[in-house]
Amino acid sequence: MKETDIKDINYFHKVVDCQYACPAHTPVPEYIRMISAGRFDDAYMINWESNVFPGVLGRTCDRPCEPACRRGRVEDQPVAICRLKRVAADHKGDIKHRLPDIPKQKNGKKIALIGGGPASLTVARDLMPLGYHVDLFDDQYKGGGFMRSQIPSFRLPEEVLDEEVNYILDMGIRTHFKHKVNSLKEMLTKDYDAIFIGTGAPRARDLPKLEGRAEADANIHLGIDWLANVAFEHTKEIGEKVLVLGGGNTAMDCCRTARRIGGKDVRIVVRSPQADMKASPWEIKDAQGEGIPMFENHTPKAFVCEKGKLVGMLFELVTAEYDENGRRTLVPTGEADIFMECDDVLMALGQMNAFPWIERDLGIEFNDWDMPEVDKTTFQTSLAHVFVGGDAAWGPENVITAVAHGHQAAISIDKYCRGQDTKDRPNPGTTLISQKMGFHDWLYNAPVSSDKRHVVEHVDTNLALTSMKIEVEKGFSLEQGLNETLRCLNCDVQTVFEKDRCIECDACEDVCPTNCINFVENEEEDLLRQHLKMPADNLDQALLVSGELKTKRVMVKDENVCLHCGLCAERCPTGAWDMRKFLLNEAKAGR
Amino acid sequence: MSYIKSTFRHPSAKVNSLGFAKTAYEGALSTLCAGCGHDSISAAIIQSFFEMNIEPHKIAKISGIGCSSKTPTYFLGKAHGFNSVHGRMPSVSTGANMANKDLQYIGISGDGDTASIGMGQFAHVVRRNLNMIYIVMNNGCYGLTKGQDSATADIGSAGKKGVENQFAAIDLCQLALQLGAGYVARSFSGDKKQLIPLIKGAIEHKGFAFIDVISPCVTFNNVPTSTKGYEYVRDHLDATGTIDFVPERQELKIIHPEGTSKEVKLHDGSKLILKKNTHDYDLSSKREAMGIIETVREQKKILTGLIYLHEDPQDTHKKINSVDKPLNSLSQGEVCPGNAVLDALNEGFR
Ligand SMILES: Cc1cc2nc3c(=O)[nH]c(=O)nc-3n(C[C@H](O)[C@H](O)[C@H](O)COP(=O)(O)OP(=O)(O)OC[C@H]3O[C@@H](n4cnc5c(N)ncnc54)[C@H](O)[C@@H]3O)c2cc1C
Ligand SMILES: Cc1ncc(C[n+]2csc(CCOP(=O)(O)OP(=O)(O)O)c2C)c(N)n1
Ligand code: SF4
Ligand code: SF4
Ligand code: SF4
Ligand SMILES: [Mg+2]
Repeated sequence: MKETDIKDINYFHKVVDCQYACPAHTPVPEYIRMISAGRFDDAYMINWESNVFPGVLGRTCDRPCEPACRRGRVEDQPVAICRLKRVAADHKGDIKHRLPDIPKQKNGKKIALIGGGPASLTVARDLMPLGYHVDLFDDQYKGGGFMRSQIPSFRLPEEVLDEEVNYILDMGIRTHFKHKVNSLKEMLTKDYDAIFIGTGAPRARDLPKLEGRAEADANIHLGIDWLANVAFEHTKEIGEKVLVLGGGNTAMDCCRTARRIGGKDVRIVVRSPQADMKASPWEIKDAQGEGIPMFENHTPKAFVCEKGKLVGMLFELVTAEYDENGRRTLVPTGEADIFMECDDVLMALGQMNAFPWIERDLGIEFNDWDMPEVDKTTFQTSLAHVFVGGDAAWGPENVITAVAHGHQAAISIDKYCRGQDTKDRPNPGTTLISQKMGFHDWLYNAPVSSDKRHVVEHVDTNLALTSMKIEVEKGFSLEQGLNETLRCLNCDVQTVFEKDRCIECDACEDVCPTNCINFVENEEEDLLRQHLKMPADNLDQALLVSGELKTKRVMVKDENVCLHCGLCAERCPTGAWDMRKFLLNEAKAGR
Repeated sequence: MSYIKSTFRHPSAKVNSLGFAKTAYEGALSTLCAGCGHDSISAAIIQSFFEMNIEPHKIAKISGIGCSSKTPTYFLGKAHGFNSVHGRMPSVSTGANMANKDLQYIGISGDGDTASIGMGQFAHVVRRNLNMIYIVMNNGCYGLTKGQDSATADIGSAGKKGVENQFAAIDLCQLALQLGAGYVARSFSGDKKQLIPLIKGAIEHKGFAFIDVISPCVTFNNVPTSTKGYEYVRDHLDATGTIDFVPERQELKIIHPEGTSKEVKLHDGSKLILKKNTHDYDLSSKREAMGIIETVREQKKILTGLIYLHEDPQDTHKKINSVDKPLNSLSQGEVCPGNAVLDALNEGFR
């Protein structure tokens, strides 16, 4: 193999598994160490810079970082990264003075944001400090988009959302709430230098053709519309017997909400096997904890009405069969159909984008799925000054993805307004700094805690079910949080090897707890991977390969389960190994 | 202060045939200087015993005084151990072996511990053919007392202080050969590929097995002027041949071209496969082994590998005709049969 080029920032970036997996590339271990040091404000600000909504995300993030976390490969559970973010948010002081200054003197460019969700708010956050004038249009009465209308307050208290939305709105954004944009053409006639579309995926799927659909309409609700109505307190109750159709996170929020506003016998019914449900495992667990049973392999057959009112639903039983390509078909078992009584049905069958308000003759190309063509890196449409991001771009994702899109779109908008090429992307800022402080002393906590993942406590379920406003999760106590921080392996503290200093004494190879380090004859990568002390069979993880040593061998380190414990550097007599902190800050508009 | 070794190990680390993970063979984290050759030897010992599937509590590790003699703390933490007096490892091992011959004995010593203060003890444990492994971690100096030249330092070699040694070096392999050791080998701490099979062979060997392992002292004797530093040793190695250890019953996977390798069977049916290079001589000939060491030395090289192997079934216990059962398992009545027996014995001398 060729010697690894550690100057390529992607190499060390990939080693920090959590940060790499985070769509906004939040420097996770950096903020975890800040929490560990009791520097909650600093920890919060690192998050705020990257993901804009630390308090919201510390409760609701989809956490793609956690399945990626190295700790999960060393023992069974990853670091509770998401809940640590909440620790920073819960324990910070007043950080208003640390928010960016907004220039009084504007730069003369006007931007319109359509939709007030996380994507648009992120664009605003990044452009306001650069002197842009920003107008925001949203059909709801307050900002936050789906974070407000969909995520129920027992998962995300309104104060937390208000605080973080207001940090942005208070930068001087001109808001136009309760303002539905019905024509892009009309928007284009206003003199905006750029328009960002962050309208989400606001249309719910229905079962329009199912028998009884029309007759039972009064008691059939589209999940996302119903959740919004509950959030804005237009809907305050539901029948005692509720069937929730669907197996995604929306279904989980629907059933848990129903349990709080009158539903006693609330059931989730899915067409597929439970194992194929899309909801996050923790959401399923929380719903089950609230006494909500799940019925799998039940395909809706009919809404059953009596005297013009819904009384129940009929389901056909199916079983999942998979062909050799793993494609699933649901085959009826032939058993008798199942009837379930109900007062109301909530349909959480997925969402779609809908752009009836974008005229098709404006120069914006639409693809075969009737979605606008959006460039994956610039978020630009074929109409140069119209940009799209968040769920509106490629369908429903999550808050952190919307934020990541917002950052990138802001870069593009800024470049566009300056007359620069939007395709020319700025590099992230990186530093690589030695952590050596003295004999056996490092600037980070190198020993590895063997604690198991700490569990966040919930309020008593009976109490929780009495109100929409009681937050179910209590968050980590300070002590639990601090102990959890020590589970982090500091994957950003990189093992840097200087071959010219190495005397090949094997000390590092011998001491390494997880046998990452090898001194071997060089080969092609696939062979090398098999011939290490521990086969390097996680192909997502790189091998750090040195240049040729005096004995003609090379040092090969498998990054896969390195604990970043620093023992290799500690036991190296010549300082050939050093532990250096690699800090990567994603590029931002104007910087 | 980060001097704590995590308990996490590689998730795909395997257990041996006894069901033990390698951790069962590890010891405390070393406090020797970073980069000390002795640590590599400890790692080779751990690997060997792990792979040989020996229960850790059936091993006794005994040492004298010196950095080398400290190492038993850093391996086989679950074995029996005795860190004895300077140069006295052989007699303490002999005593222990007399009491319980069923344990696997591994003695760890240094060049100071063996070739200076313990020389007399060394000589006698060899000639008695005590069933043990005797490893000298040879750095040509007294590491623990700050690097004074030892009796294995070569003439003209100079350590960190820069003063050339004036006295002739003792070659411990030649000495062991001369005194009748059945298994004599030399290796280098930086060559585990060779060292591990040599240790495994020594474990299987019945009788006295001696391995002199050159093991650089990074702190006091790893300068270009020293003949026991990493650089010099690497540049002057001359192996008797590569070596593979094949335990009993295991099928041979590597087939060497005819004539280039030979098999040496050990008493239990396991084999050492030697792939010869330039030095083709009769391994069981003491005279040839002596000669080859001398020849290679004249070429200013260091001979490593298995140098001599001749199993002598008469170990100390056989020579003194001790009972089959380990002494520590005999009852009070068996060890001390009482007055009547003593009287009868005395009667026999009248
Ligand atoms: C029930 C439910 C629960 C969820 N829970 C989570 C969770 O726990 N964690 C997570 O990360 N994600 C969650 N999501 C997904 C997440 O809310 C979205 O992915 C995210 O909010 C998308 O952000 P966005 O900025 O693209 O748009 P949105 O947040 O959808 O905001 C778009 C806004 O634009 C408004 N709008 C639409 N069209 C127009 C128009 N023509 N004129 C004016 N305004 C308009 C909408 O009303 C809305 O306010 C959940 C989604 C649902 C449905
Ligand atoms: C009876 C006695 N004499 C002298 C000493 C001092 N002493 C301690 S270690 C040592 C030499 C050790 O050298 P070696 O066996 O080569 O071990 P190394 O430290 O080099 O591994 C000496 C002379 C002692 N501890 N006890
Ligand atoms: S151990 Fe820490 S730094 Fe490493 S991936 Fe997990 S959270 Fe990130
Ligand atoms: S930091 Fe060094 S010693 Fe620790 S696990 Fe990683 S490679 Fe091994
Ligand atoms: S003084 Fe020499 S022999 Fe002793 S631990 Fe240090 S390097 Fe090893
Ligand atoms: Mg010594």
